[in-house]
Amino acid sequence: MATAAPLLELKGVSKRFGPVQALDRVDFAVRAGEVIGLVGDNGAGKSTLVKTIAGIHAADGGAISFEGREASISKPQDATELGIATVYQDLALCDNLDVVANLFLGREEVSPGPGQVSRQLDEARMEHQTGELLSNLAVTIPSLRSEVGTLSGGQRQQVAVARSLLGEPRVVLLDEPTAALGVAQTAQVLQLIRRLRERELGVVVISHNLVDVFEVADRIVVLRLGRNAGEFDAEATTEEHVVSAITGVGAEGERKNGENGEERR
Amino acid sequence: MSATATAGAETQGSDRRETLRRILQGDLASLRVVIGLALIWVIFQSQNDRFLSAENLTNLMLQITGIALISIGIVYVLLLGEIDLSVGAVSGLAAAVMAVLNVKHGWNPYLAIAAAIAVGLAIGLLQGFLFSRFGVPSFVVTLAGLLAWQGALLQVLGSTGSINITDPKITGLANTFYDGATAWILAALVIAAFGATLFLGHRRRVAAGLEAESPTGMLVRFVLVAAVTIVAVAVLNSDRGIPLALLILLAFVVGMEYVARRTAFGRHVFAVGGNAEAARRAGIGVNRVRTVVFGIAGAMAAIGGIMIASRLLAVNQGSGGSELLLLAIAGPVIAGTSLFGGRGSVWTALLGALVIGSISNGMDLLALSSAVKFMVTGGVLLLAVIVDAVARQQRQASGRV
Repeated sequence: MATAAPLLELKGVSKRFGPVQALDRVDFAVRAGEVIGLVGDNGAGKSTLVKTIAGIHAADGGAISFEGREASISKPQDATELGIATVYQDLALCDNLDVVANLFLGREEVSPGPGQVSRQLDEARMEHQTGELLSNLAVTIPSLRSEVGTLSGGQRQQVAVARSLLGEPRVVLLDEPTAALGVAQTAQVLQLIRRLRERELGVVVISHNLVDVFEVADRIVVLRLGRNAGEFDAEATTEEHVVSAITGVGAEGERKNGENGEERR
Repeated sequence: MSATATAGAETQGSDRRETLRRILQGDLASLRVVIGLALIWVIFQSQNDRFLSAENLTNLMLQITGIALISIGIVYVLLLGEIDLSVGAVSGLAAAVMAVLNVKHGWNPYLAIAAAIAVGLAIGLLQGFLFSRFGVPSFVVTLAGLLAWQGALLQVLGSTGSINITDPKITGLANTFYDGATAWILAALVIAAFGATLFLGHRRRVAAGLEAESPTGMLVRFVLVAAVTIVAVAVLNSDRGIPLALLILLAFVVGMEYVARRTAFGRHVFAVGGNAEAARRAGIGVNRVRTVVFGIAGAMAAIGGIMIASRLLAVNQGSGGSELLLLAIAGPVIAGTSLFGGRGSVWTALLGALVIGSISNGMDLLALSSAVKFMVTGGVLLLAVIVDAVARQQRQASGRV
């Protein structure tokens, strides 16, 4: 498991929306080759944290460092340039385009030639790269030329994840990747997440589903009311411990917010 | 390399099913239209044997050129899931600009034509900018445009109200024909170009180690296109020859289909029409794409208007009016371009204009009244829109599990 210095590290990050303190001095780190399960109740700040990392909201306070260097993320392009890719819950795929077109959307390969309008899309090269990427990830799609709208939910999720990898990111954020998927499809997506770990990426999975989180995560980070509420080694903890951190009502008595999560590093 | 090869072998069976599905669901639209067109032709021919004569088919081609050119711009707008109600008025205004500059101010005909196209392009870009920048529905922006540009047409024409075009360079656009050997050389060039495109595309896919179309499939397509070209040229040659207008139309259809299918810009048009939010997140300048598409619609409307003026030898206060706008929108929809955005092809501009033009031309031959003509065309449009809506419902029902 990951031992190196964190790839992405947040220290004391805060974010306020008017009267609501969405994030309150949150610490968070992800290392290369590590899957983090980010859990918490509704309104705990999971989505805000991910959106802060993805550059959709700028943090009000705290420090972000990437590969040991201080970084500032104030817009989505900043995150992309650092090497942070986000797969949103609603996937943001174009149903009317095929798998290849969706994967390369916004960064199409074009053949050399004069004038932007006349330059032909290099379909052969894009299809070839798509085929290699998907077979490396062991993603099975009926045909690379299928319209994405005809694929199953699990296949669409896998296409969305594969697409985030085209920019060669170091960190991938997945927002509820298994929501609304059947058992077999969930298994496929979790398998894909493991393959991202094998590629030495830092992976952050937001999920409501603790079973899935335990299945795939190395570390579990719990947020509650916008604060760190515990951090667990997935191998060495149980679901009850995590649940009590999420709810703030412990099996071993009531917990105070934040400070006494188990195995906190 | 070997990984792709095995992956290719694994997916070959399901690929064939996928192809079948595409034929049944996707390309069925164009096949349906071709069958419908054949049916229309058989019906009119059985009622009046002059319908399929070389002379009448040549006339039909000349009649549809202007409207099909306007429809090309409409296809782009429909791909975005938007509508442009101003194209009729813009076509009239652009033709008037050309006529006034050429006849009243003695401009060089090519300069006058260029100015007219520039006017159409500028109008389209303006409407596209207003729509994308301020989020006003395109329906409203272009409805306002429809009124305003009709007013501008009256203004430009001034007190005369009608201008006759006599410049042979302009009237020649719709009244020039290439017959005999010239026509056959053109046909040979078209067939050779199509064959070369097929062959080069195939070679590129093979070189990239991808599954390519079977030689049989390619041969079938080549023979089909060659046969259609040869028959068409033989028919046209037995009358006056290939109309220049038809060549202009085909050049625009092929060129704009290339832009839609083969360039990054065209891909972005489809993406914005399919899921604008996904396109935005992928870093596509959605507003820029929208503005340019309305610019294309304006420019194509101007080009169509110029061709119509060239055929009618005049521009008057009614140019670009009456049912022109509605038929230009109805054509692509009848031929399978979706009103809901993201699905369609530039070829539907040509096919749709052929369907509508055939109905109109055939009923004229049968001396039916405009009343019947409008009702029948309306019925055909309604049928096509219902088919489009049903296809969409089926996609939504089967698309997501």
